[in-house]
Amino acid sequence: MVPLSWYVALSSLLFLIGLVGVLIRRNIVIVLLCIEIMLNAVNINFVAFSKYQHVIDAQIFVFFVITVAAAEVAIGLGIIIALFRLKETINIDEFNILKL
Amino acid sequence: MQLAMFSYFGSAILISALFVLYFRNPIYSAMSLLAMFMHIAGLYVILEAEFLAGVQLLVYAGAILVLYLFVVMLLNVESRGRFIQRQTPIVVGVGILAVVEISLLILRTRFYPELPPIPHPGVETLGNTETIGMVLYTQYLFPFEIASLVLLIALVGAIVLAKGKLKFR
Repeated sequence: MVPLSWYVALSSLLFLIGLVGVLIRRNIVIVLLCIEIMLNAVNINFVAFSKYQHVIDAQIFVFFVITVAAAEVAIGLGIIIALFRLKETINIDEFNILKL
Repeated sequence: MQLAMFSYFGSAILISALFVLYFRNPIYSAMSLLAMFMHIAGLYVILEAEFLAGVQLLVYAGAILVLYLFVVMLLNVESRGRFIQRQTPIVVGVGILAVVEISLLILRTRFYPELPPIPHPGVETLGNTETIGMVLYTQYLFPFEIASLVLLIALVGAIVLAKGKLKFR
């Protein structure tokens, strides 16, 4: 039987990889992919606790997280297409028109 | 046996997640993310969440990733320039803080080796999918409806955003 702490460690490492990816990459598509990694890390945590605590509710929450992730991807990719039409680039550093 | 499965899936998840960061070409990153989604589905199977493993494969690997690939091929930008973006000191500080905090969280927390089984009468006799269906359509019916509303708004919003200049009136 794998201890629960290993799942928590795996999920926090995965969350950390996603967070570092959001911070260091400048391609906006890859930043969105790293947000997916972070959502999946949270899902692993939910499912592991659902198994070890014998409650099914956590798996329902994973279902809702997947729903929100699908909505987020649709909106995010729409925003990326609109930004690309505006600036002809997907580099995050170029999108600074809100800067003072 | 379960330990071997966990080590395989866990290391594959971490390695493919690192490859998502490493590749310069967004298509390679998306393919690496596909490998990560599949191994996470395997992890769900050994955690006895078969329904979520299927949903993970269908929704993430089937729908979301195909959407990413469509957009990457639609934009058709060659990836060039610096790999690491220029950082302000605040971002570097926040990143280091997060790394230190999560590693402290892993190292210092004393977990129970295995939690005592909590008896949950009435649901253990059914399978995973049946249990999820029963709970989802009774106890979580209202959030389920809200989720459908979220998807509808995302559908309309994605069309409006991607269509460009709309003529109102």
